[in-house]
Amino acid sequence: MKWQFSNDAPIYSQLIEQIKVGIVSGAFPPGERLPSVRDLAVEAGVNPNTMQRALTELERDGLVYSQRTAGRFVTEDRGMIETAKQSLAEYQIQNFLTAMVRLGYEKEEIMTLVRQGNAGEELRNGDSGM
Amino acid sequence: MAILECNELVKTYGHAPALDHLNLSIEPGHILGLLGPNGSGKTTLIKLANGLLTPTSGQVLVNGAVPGKDTHAIVSYLPERTCIPLWMSTRKLLDFYQDFYADFRRDRAEEMLQHLSIRMDQTIRQMSKGTREKVQLIMVMSRAAKLYLLDEPIGGVDPATRDYILNTIINNYDPEAAVIISTHLIADVEQVLDEVIFINQGQVILQSSVDQIREEKGMSVDALFREVFKC
Repeated sequence: MKWQFSNDAPIYSQLIEQIKVGIVSGAFPPGERLPSVRDLAVEAGVNPNTMQRALTELERDGLVYSQRTAGRFVTEDRGMIETAKQSLAEYQIQNFLTAMVRLGYEKEEIMTLVRQGNAGEELRNGDSGM
Repeated sequence: MAILECNELVKTYGHAPALDHLNLSIEPGHILGLLGPNGSGKTTLIKLANGLLTPTSGQVLVNGAVPGKDTHAIVSYLPERTCIPLWMSTRKLLDFYQDFYADFRRDRAEEMLQHLSIRMDQTIRQMSKGTREKVQLIMVMSRAAKLYLLDEPIGGVDPATRDYILNTIINNYDPEAAVIISTHLIADVEQVLDEVIFINQGQVILQSSVDQIREEKGMSVDALFREVFKC
């Protein structure tokens, strides 16, 4: 998994985001055991306390769960993963729309551009936030 | 109890104050960045905590004690300049650390050296600057210390070596200990830190968590540093 961090948001919230993407995309499949906090921290190159905090929050949301001795696992509840996927998609669309509006596009124009599939060129110059 | 505590700590070189009534308290369980521009007092503070300098006035306490024989046993120090004897072989260096420090985990050091394909009969003199830095860091992080004082551990090394050094620090992180990294290369270490201290002209001007800064100011610690210390 590739980890990337921007400068304008807390690192723990970016970790939550990226682990969610990992779960949704299947890099961390349902029911699978997650690497230890230390291994994940080393892989992402982040502070272990920050990684711990991100995992604790994911646990509170229910996307991962702990088993006292065996470690942390990805939820097997596919409905929950689907919900997470939708909320990530909404977030991406929101970022996209914000960037397009900043470029001066109206909603109808944006829809037309997307449908035409020309949006790629416009996007490359815009700031999609990701 | 704080692992490192400074109360009204003053150190002057001649008439020039390096530390000017500095106060701070650091708890175990953190990787903390000691950040400040050149000449702000970072190295002086670390040397005082190591007992290499004595305070002009005020107090520095390591685990509640004045730096001395007892604190040396629980503090693992990486000086700014590589200081391991050039004539020593890797094996001799391991012997040396084992003799001096009861908390030295030789097996861990050997494992890390092997991972880098460093031979036991190779002398420090035969190693490149980057390799020397890595070897010294391996020695320092292989101790099961309570306080790690790393003075500019990533200064003057290439980006790949920098990643190796930071990974080694994360990999050996012990929640019972504190790691203090002094540096001005903030962007490179920011993700590894959970707390930062800004020091300037011998005083602490900010102590905060990295994510708190990012949350409250909407900018990275690096960006905040550039703003605070704008020339």
